[in-house]
Amino acid sequence: MSALLEVKNLSVEIPTRRHLLVPVDDVSFDIAPGEILGVVGESGAGKSLTGAAVIGLLEPPGRIGGGEIRLEGKRIDNLKYRELRRIRGAAIGMIFQDPLTSLNPLYTIGRQLSETLRTHQPLSETAAKARAIELLDEVGIPAASERIGQYPHQFSGGMRQRVVIALALANNPKLIIADEPTTALDVSVQAQIINLLKRLAADNGAAIMLISHDMGVIAETCDRVAVMYAGRIVEIGAVRNVVQAPNHPYTQGLMASIPRLGKDDARLAHIKGSMPRPTDIPQGCAFHPRCPKRFEPCDQKRPELMKGDSSQAACWLLQREADQ
Amino acid sequence: MGFLILNRVFQAALVMIVVAMAAFVLSNYVGDPISNMVGQEATQEDRDQLREDLGLNDPAPVQFVRFIGNALQGDFGISYRLQRPVSDLVAERLPATLELVMVSAIFALVVGIPLGIFTALYRTFWGSRLILTVSLAGVSLPTFVVGILLIYVFSVTLQWLPSFGRGETTALGGWTTGLLTVDGWRAIIMPAITLGLYQLTLILRLVRAEMLEVLRTDYIKFARARGLTNRAINFGHALKNTMIPVITIVGLNIGGLIAFSIVTETVFQWPGMGLLFVQAVQFADVPVMSAYLVLASLIFVLTNLVVDILYVVIDPRLRTERRVKAGV
Ligand SMILES: Nc1ncnc2c1ncn2[C@@H]1O[C@H](COP(=O)(O)OP(=O)(O)OP(=O)(O)O)[C@@H](O)[C@H]1O
Ligand SMILES: [Mg+2]
Repeated sequence: MSALLEVKNLSVEIPTRRHLLVPVDDVSFDIAPGEILGVVGESGAGKSLTGAAVIGLLEPPGRIGGGEIRLEGKRIDNLKYRELRRIRGAAIGMIFQDPLTSLNPLYTIGRQLSETLRTHQPLSETAAKARAIELLDEVGIPAASERIGQYPHQFSGGMRQRVVIALALANNPKLIIADEPTTALDVSVQAQIINLLKRLAADNGAAIMLISHDMGVIAETCDRVAVMYAGRIVEIGAVRNVVQAPNHPYTQGLMASIPRLGKDDARLAHIKGSMPRPTDIPQGCAFHPRCPKRFEPCDQKRPELMKGDSSQAACWLLQREADQ
Repeated sequence: MGFLILNRVFQAALVMIVVAMAAFVLSNYVGDPISNMVGQEATQEDRDQLREDLGLNDPAPVQFVRFIGNALQGDFGISYRLQRPVSDLVAERLPATLELVMVSAIFALVVGIPLGIFTALYRTFWGSRLILTVSLAGVSLPTFVVGILLIYVFSVTLQWLPSFGRGETTALGGWTTGLLTVDGWRAIIMPAITLGLYQLTLILRLVRAEMLEVLRTDYIKFARARGLTNRAINFGHALKNTMIPVITIVGLNIGGLIAFSIVTETVFQWPGMGLLFVQAVQFADVPVMSAYLVLASLIFVLTNLVVDILYVVIDPRLRTERRVKAGV
């Protein structure tokens, strides 16, 4: 199966007064139709920026510094604003973390839905309204035809996130980027939203890029997972393999702390120190100062992704094993 | 919603009663009203008679109620200085002030809001920076300096516009308007700009700041992610949210315009309430002063009321607040 989304050597740059920050550095991955790729990592690892780069929503002065992004084989990283706008909300849907603030408080949800539909499809007002009701129905909002005239503040958090999902799915996108879609929600609602996303993706054959720092959510939901650290993917592979037999020492530490992560605590108790900020990423492997297994090359040369027994990891240990 | 508005109307009435009290105290206890009304040669008996006739010996609450009753009928007594009913003076002067305030408010809004939006959307464009720098001058220059500068350039040097007065006016029933003649418009341009300039810069900066704030919000980010056009985002989603705080400030400032018009009217010898008030102060013409106080407050309170109602119209969260609280 050929990939729906291909990201090759993507880097994101943010010029600041003193440095040129590279908070996403040489990241490559792809997602097949119907597949759910998890992107996991500590706060500040570059997950959101990667997602924003794919949909072309980096906020200036942030910009794509290099690499390619292809959707169905067609490059989308160098599109003009107009073409990019036609893709957003149509071929690519995006869901943000906070359902409480993602909706415009002054417009009814019906209006927000129908404007999203009518921006991308030639629909009449009434047809758009009918479709909007259908969408709300699909995402599990009861009495959709009555609630369509209501304002966001009249919905609970979980219901609002459903509305947000309905908005993201309105034009049957091929790719959905969900940036921590459940972090702001109660645990009981989290599972419902995740199941909803999974079901909808399966029904529409949409690919999902699910960004989260919750390894528990990733393990339950995704087919494959990419682990990010300091702007780079340090390990990528099938979820089962990465969870059960992680190759990278960072992933190993991450897995050891799953129960804690479930409690919305991104700090890794099992790994000393903290992730470097983009301003002071160390030479060599960015993880080496915290790594319990570091050896000579780690503080000198940066490891690229290498094939391990069950996944790919950017770690010199794999090289050593291969050499032996 | 109805309850909310009723509540505001009640508050407005309360404010007006307090203002009326202040005006009452002013007109009865500042100076001696009798000696201001009668000539030097009046005898003590004449004075006592007048005091009795005017009801000035009645208890204060009775006098206050009478004061309110009269005020409601537009009767604020006789001007000491001009020896004419204050109501006649006000009826003559009020149209001039209201027209000046209205034209300068429209000027400030029509120029200030688009410039605010422009400078927010094109934040880094050199033209925006220029506008902001110039607008800073607008905030810091005192009104009378602006007025005198305008007079110097356009009346004295270029001789394009008249430097004082309302120009030719037309009577429409009891209302004299200067807005139906070219001459009237020529006369109002400079006073209106002088009065509105400060508000304009204030509105410009406020709209810009609010717009920038709104453009950073999650729902704008999400609107972009939905592929909406820039037009729909900037002039629909963003602008509507920007207007909520702007309406408050603008509403408050229309009251401010009335207050500031005292200076502008003096500079341009504009025959409005402000000029009347300044002259009244010079002569301790208390009835005129208290009428001005009541009227200016009334306009303040009314604009605030309109702002509150507009709020409810624009923001759905206010509309349902009560219902939600009541659990319906
Ligand atoms: N406009 C900006 N200017 C400077 N640094 C930025 C900017 N935007 C993001 N960064 C930095 O880039 C890094 C990656 O940010 P990103 O939002 O992608 O992290 P994340 O992995 O999504 O983290 P989180 O879990 O907290 O959402 C962070 O260290 C952040 O501080
Ligand atoms: Mg993030």
